[in-house]
Amino acid sequence: MNLFSETAIEDIREKQAAWEEKELAAALSSRPEEKPAYKTECGIPLKRVYTAADIADIPADELGFPGAYPFTRGAYPTMYRGRPWTIRQVAGFGNPEATNQRYKYMVQTGQTGLSTDFDLPTLLGLDSDDPRAFGEVGRVGVAIDTVDDVDRLFDGIDLEKISVSLTINPSAWVVYAMYVAVAARRGYDLHKLAGTLQADPLKEYVAQKEWIYPVRPAVRLLRDLIMYSAKTTPKINPISLSGYHLSDVGGNALQEIAFIMAFTIAYCEEVTGAGMDIDDFAPRLSFFFISHQDFFEQICKFRAARRVYAKIMAQRFKARKPESMRLRVHVQTAAMSLTKVEHHNNLMRTAIQALGAVLGGCQSMHTNGLDEAFAIPTEEAMKLAIRTQQIIRDEINVTSVIDPLGGSYFIERLTRDMETEIWKLLDEVDERGGAVKLVEEGWFQQKLADSAYATFQKIDSGEKISVGVNRYVDEASSSAEVHIHPYDEQCTQLQIDRLNAVRTGRDNARVRKLLKELAEEAGSDEANLLPKTVEAVEAKATLGEICAALREVWGTYAEPMIV
Amino acid sequence: MNEASMTKQASDDTPNRDATAGPIRVLVAKLGLDGHDRGAKVVARILRDAGMEVVYTGLYKSPSEVVAAAVQEDVDVIGVSLLSGSHIPLFRELGRCLREAKADHIFVVAGGVIPEQDYAALWDSGVDAIVPQEARAELIVTTIRNLIAARGRV
Repeated sequence: MNLFSETAIEDIREKQAAWEEKELAAALSSRPEEKPAYKTECGIPLKRVYTAADIADIPADELGFPGAYPFTRGAYPTMYRGRPWTIRQVAGFGNPEATNQRYKYMVQTGQTGLSTDFDLPTLLGLDSDDPRAFGEVGRVGVAIDTVDDVDRLFDGIDLEKISVSLTINPSAWVVYAMYVAVAARRGYDLHKLAGTLQADPLKEYVAQKEWIYPVRPAVRLLRDLIMYSAKTTPKINPISLSGYHLSDVGGNALQEIAFIMAFTIAYCEEVTGAGMDIDDFAPRLSFFFISHQDFFEQICKFRAARRVYAKIMAQRFKARKPESMRLRVHVQTAAMSLTKVEHHNNLMRTAIQALGAVLGGCQSMHTNGLDEAFAIPTEEAMKLAIRTQQIIRDEINVTSVIDPLGGSYFIERLTRDMETEIWKLLDEVDERGGAVKLVEEGWFQQKLADSAYATFQKIDSGEKISVGVNRYVDEASSSAEVHIHPYDEQCTQLQIDRLNAVRTGRDNARVRKLLKELAEEAGSDEANLLPKTVEAVEAKATLGEICAALREVWGTYAEPMIV
Repeated sequence: MNEASMTKQASDDTPNRDATAGPIRVLVAKLGLDGHDRGAKVVARILRDAGMEVVYTGLYKSPSEVVAAAVQEDVDVIGVSLLSGSHIPLFRELGRCLREAKADHIFVVAGGVIPEQDYAALWDSGVDAIVPQEARAELIVTTIRNLIAARGRV
């Protein structure tokens, strides 16, 4: 069933032709348009105006209803009327206590979910006293070495009551084990724990570039995590499929969605290949997208992504539960769009991007701090970022109607065009042998690096405008007087002291035995490594020791040298 | 401010580099555990397109590994991109390794996310120029050419 009758469309076409001959022709002859051609950031051509004739080919079922297949119009039937999106600002720095204090401040300011950034040594499976951790401890996130650090991180926070997102990737299974161990230690019902692990290995190799092991063992670790979490902590999303980083490293909106869907397919094949039914884990797959600068393109991106995902799960994986086909997404505004020059402009950029995410139907959101082009955000910057979301949520009445732009001729056409282009990219990945193989070959990496360079050249030439940077430049603007979040120089020593205390206080023979058993299990593809990892963290094995034990078995990743 | 790089000493604008010395050689490096390589790769292409010979280290390099690569590749300049906030200790260590290897004739150019308040610490560590994150291609290229023009190649 089409949206419009054929006679109505015929009528519109005739009237449009007449308009083009008369009013439009007259306008163009008196004043030409500013550009010879208009297109979206990802390259889709744009018409000057859209009519019903432009969406006459789209069946009504492609739109559907909110909370129903194919989910174009939203993930849930009541959307923000039933529950507003979660304000989830990520934070992490210094020792666990420092981050814990920031959490308490943000909850008091009105944040409704927690999210943790970890420092680079923790992400890469290194203890704070490892020589490779030099200068990095507690810098871009919180330092975690043992289960006790996770306990300190969430001190005084009821984990049955607030959802927690952990931005942890290569070492995700260890930090998850620590989280479960802390919850068990405190006597929580594990079935009540809610939250999300980022744990998306393939996007690490192509975008965020934090890795420990070769590609295939990393995907196996994710498989183990998904299968274990489905039974042990059924309300935790074991993965956040992170298109955000694909965009951050240079990808356009089509690459962001197509590549992350290619990774989704690879993970689903891995888990179903191990014997788990798609409907037993797909409802807990979650996504993380960027909300970037091209406003309408981004809104259509969210809508197209929901439709593509629903079709992949229904058609390719034969899912039967609607929850398996429902794409839920956390959104972050675009860090790449922030400028150091006239940094207060970043507030406006972020507010507009956040509005786009809401009109696109996000489930939770992080709005960037205005000072993030300098360093990790200050408390004041985070407060403004939270206020930005509260103003959109509570002051401007954009939450009463679901998918308010749905049915717009332009929005529906662009959603459809983006979907078509995403399918083309997915077909290409299939034809070339699938995501895992292409990650190993560096195919995605090359595509994204090319895209990043093309974007740079557009900014460099002035074709892509950055206000204050390559347009409306204020020569008099001096270097910003910005108060920057201070780094705690003592934090490394405190982590090292605590590591030494743990290593002397624990049963070292038992730790060695558990690590040996874990390494043996890693040698075969059959075992699930989570139960043994939980045992090891409870025995106070450190994150670095656990990751090192598997490095002995699997080796490390050698990066394909792509520039 | 946004279209100027900072250099430690005032540099001579007149190129006096020996024209027969061949293209300028640059090692584009990532220091420490920072995985953000978008900028480093874009800079590598900019310098290559400007006619320089560019070697990229790849990720996760320690200061001593970067210095060893710079010496082995006989580069004129090491360009380091850092977005992890750990620039002060890592550049200090890079400077120490360069002096230890008697390779401190190699220029060090820093880029990435580096707040102005940290510039002084980087000059003290032997950094020769700092390129702001919104720099255009031309600025990146001229910063390197001017450093070499001011002193000649060693």
